[in-house]
Amino acid sequence: MITLTIDGIRVQGEEGETVLQVAKKAGIRIPTLCYLEGLSPRGACRLCLVEVRNWGGRLVPACATPVQEGMEVVANSARLQELRRAILEMLFAERNHICAFCVSNGHCELQDLAAELGMDHVRYPYRWLPFFVDLSHAKYGIDHNRCVLCGRCVRACAEVEGAATWGFSGRGISTLVEADLGEPWGQSKTCTGCGKCVQACPTGALFEKGKATSEQVKRPEILAEVKERRPRA
Amino acid sequence: MPKLRVATVWFSGCSGCHMSFLDLDERLLEFAERAELVFSPIVDIKQFPDEVDVVLVEGAVGNSEHLHMLLEIRKKAKTLVAFGDCAVTGNVASLRNPLPREEVLRTVYGQDDPPGLEEGEVPKLLPQALPLHAVVPVDHFLPGCPPSADRIWKFLRPVLLGQKPALSGPDLKFG
Repeated sequence: MITLTIDGIRVQGEEGETVLQVAKKAGIRIPTLCYLEGLSPRGACRLCLVEVRNWGGRLVPACATPVQEGMEVVANSARLQELRRAILEMLFAERNHICAFCVSNGHCELQDLAAELGMDHVRYPYRWLPFFVDLSHAKYGIDHNRCVLCGRCVRACAEVEGAATWGFSGRGISTLVEADLGEPWGQSKTCTGCGKCVQACPTGALFEKGKATSEQVKRPEILAEVKERRPRA
Repeated sequence: MPKLRVATVWFSGCSGCHMSFLDLDERLLEFAERAELVFSPIVDIKQFPDEVDVVLVEGAVGNSEHLHMLLEIRKKAKTLVAFGDCAVTGNVASLRNPLPREEVLRTVYGQDDPPGLEEGEVPKLLPQALPLHAVVPVDHFLPGCPPSADRIWKFLRPVLLGQKPALSGPDLKFG
């Protein structure tokens, strides 16, 4: 067992467990967005940044950092609160997240995080760039205006469904989630239409067609459940 | 204690926030005891008064008139509140922002001489609908589309009592 402290509380974890997993077991809340149980961690969104006091105050993503003996982790502080809020504000400024006009209004992880982290407004200038909506798939749609590039859909497709339809194209804030080699989703040869990407999506970027906002509740927890039920090699 | 001089203003928004304000119902009686509504779309006064304690501004800054008015009320009001999502983020009013202004106007109002293209009887439409804080300093943010009457009261009651308002958690939720 590995012993460390999180916010001054002594906790223990197994070799290979992450700071996030150990914090969760100890009931210490660390906000996450790109992390999803059942998928490999990416450390893409940086919302779960924690400070390791005895590593010179270095900031590391809790979801992708294995626990180490004697670590002194700060999971909640004014500094982290401000950093996390700034990260969220950049996500909101980057694309067109208009909550009142979204299929995920009321059950969106991004919207909930903004309230949790006290984001009462966005201090950065909005970019207001046009992004497209692809409705070519028979059952689902993708609205790039709402995408935070967390990659949960990409990992759900590759790691749980095994189809690897989704990938990233472009770089930086121009990155797009893309089916196969960029053709419309409905023409993808690899997509099985399983909808795991839709369930994994934390925002209204991926949605089911023909469902009203109130019916558009997602079940991201099914990714871990499906993985659990799968026979092991 | 003299009555607080409160104003409300309606810019590029649907008036839903004002409707929600009226939804305060019997709490409006307490509001009337402690405050005087000195300017509002629901009050028949045309000129924004010189001395205002608190102004609630609904809507984004969408045209030249809003811009002019916002600069004026910032000078005249001690406390300026961004009232609802359009004032806080641009919200629905900002849906047009990724599109060129002229294209929007011509698509909606027809090809020849659409109102708002230039300054005229209808104020000139700004290239983008802006949240208030992109134009002037804002003292408080009251998000929601619209903010519920309960949320408005949670914000307003401390203000009426001379205290600092503080919304947190679920009361900050957009949408």
